Amino acid sequence: MVPLSWYLLVAALLFCIGLYGVMVRRNAVAILMAVELMLNAVNINLVAFWRYLSPERPVGLAWAIFVLTVAAAEAAVGLALLISVYRNRGSVVAEELDLLKN
Amino acid sequence: MEFQVPSLNLLIVLPVLIVTGWGMLLMLAEFFIPEEKKSWAPWLTMLGLVLALIQTIGLWGYNGGTFTPKGGAPMVVVDNFATFLNIIFLLTGILTVLISIHYLRRTGLDRPEYYMLLLFSVSGMMLMGMANDLILVFLALELLSIPLYILSGFAWPRPDSEESAMKYFLLGAFSSSIFVFGIALTYGSTGTTSLPLVLERISDAGMLGLVATAMLIVGFAFKVAAAPFHMWTPDVYEGAPTTVTAFMSVGAKVGGFAAMLRVFVAALPQLGEAWVPAVAGVATLTLIVGNVVAIVQPNIKRMLAYSSIAHAGYIMIAVAASVNSPDGVSAALFYMLAYLFTNLGAFAVVIALEHKQGEGVMLDDYKGLGKRRPWLALAMAYFMLSLTGVPPTGGFSGKFYVFRAAIEADLLWLAIVGVITSVISGYYYLRVVYLMYMYDGEGEVVANRALVWTVGLTALATLVLGLLPGPWFDMARDAALQTVQMVAGG
Repeated sequence: MVPLSWYLLVAALLFCIGLYGVMVRRNAVAILMAVELMLNAVNINLVAFWRYLSPERPVGLAWAIFVLTVAAAEAAVGLALLISVYRNRGSVVAEELDLLKN
Repeated sequence: MEFQVPSLNLLIVLPVLIVTGWGMLLMLAEFFIPEEKKSWAPWLTMLGLVLALIQTIGLWGYNGGTFTPKGGAPMVVVDNFATFLNIIFLLTGILTVLISIHYLRRTGLDRPEYYMLLLFSVSGMMLMGMANDLILVFLALELLSIPLYILSGFAWPRPDSEESAMKYFLLGAFSSSIFVFGIALTYGSTGTTSLPLVLERISDAGMLGLVATAMLIVGFAFKVAAAPFHMWTPDVYEGAPTTVTAFMSVGAKVGGFAAMLRVFVAALPQLGEAWVPAVAGVATLTLIVGNVVAIVQPNIKRMLAYSSIAHAGYIMIAVAASVNSPDGVSAALFYMLAYLFTNLGAFAVVIALEHKQGEGVMLDDYKGLGKRRPWLALAMAYFMLSLTGVPPTGGFSGKFYVFRAAIEADLLWLAIVGVITSVISGYYYLRVVYLMYMYDGEGEVVANRALVWTVGLTALATLVLGLLPGPWFDMARDAALQTVQMVAGG
């Protein structure tokens, strides 16, 4: 069987890609996608930990579903906000949203 | 308490059920209420919050939990800690409704969804204090945050409100994904997410446990707006409708600290050697950044945003002190109670001066308020003194208990940083007082009855907490004891 650490490595890598995406991408949609990558890294972790550490209690599995649900709710609100901003300004690039700076 | 189903006692979570259910009911009722009666929404909301508050006060002294899985610890606990915080959250909700009614009408934002989202957010905050399982903390955090993302963009299509919502959303989602990664690692290193079980096993978790703790700190620091994770705060607070800013600056912050205290004090005290210096460092940075940058802000909403960052720093001092001092948690609780009244009162005055949306929020608009509206100016001056920490105000008592707890916990240097930054903060708080009394100025002030009542009540509460802090601090101590006992009991 594939050892647990491989899964954790993949998850950590995915998380770092997401982190990098949030830091460098300027388009709000891309940032949102990067955040989703981070959340999926969490899901990989949860399911892997469940499978290897306590397969008799499907806690990690249930938690992964919670995380998915929350991510969906968050994305729904976020995309609605993005669409509303785009309609008003024709752009969702973070740097162009600079009304609120000193 | 006869309503007992094995391991499921819904009566003790009744306040949260009332708030959530009320929100959903209002959402349905919205379709059936005729257009001319839509103005009932705030009063119906208020009724729900007051009912929940009565229930919550009735639960004072209760100590138990529910939603217990087989062979595990309850996922939701109701102890004095949770009850104390729930009272804070419900009061925040009630006062926010009071200051919102007229403001929403005159800015054209009077849509009933506002109050429903407010109710959902309050229920999330209440769960933050009651959560005894990391996953429930995460769910509560999202339940608190998602309505707030919408609320801060509630003044659409005004671009600054939308921008504020988008910034809040992107950084909020980012921080909660870091937070939930921390939870996943805790689950991996201990095999559980239940706080009492984490407490038992975390000392064997090794490196993974430390990484998880660091990620939890980052997640919480984002939520409570602590430096260096505070970048979103001024923009979001400035762009959001002022009533929402008032609600966020108290509710979201106290919600974050509620979960933070329970997680760190009840589940992770053994890692205290690792996280206490980290939290103390974050507190120091937060105090310096918040208080120094607030000085140069010309906009009162931005100034109060930096001030709220600074106050997160003071509460962080109490969190850092909570492992080694028995009074750390109670100092944090008392501080948050005083902060609730002072900050909401100050925001009520800001709302009175904001005659049109986005106008009347500059510091210059406060010139001459002392002559135009002497009582309002007096109240504002009192709130500013309380935020600075001058006796006899609630803010002073709060700071006194926090610094005492820090000294008891051998964090004298942190208390000194707190005192020095308080002195700095006097500069920008007292400038408002100076502008109000030393200049002449014109400017419209809209103060309706609900607003005046709010200002009066919050000022009175701040005065009571300043003159007679003893009984309230004893209450906070009762509330904190539960958490500490849980630690001692293992």
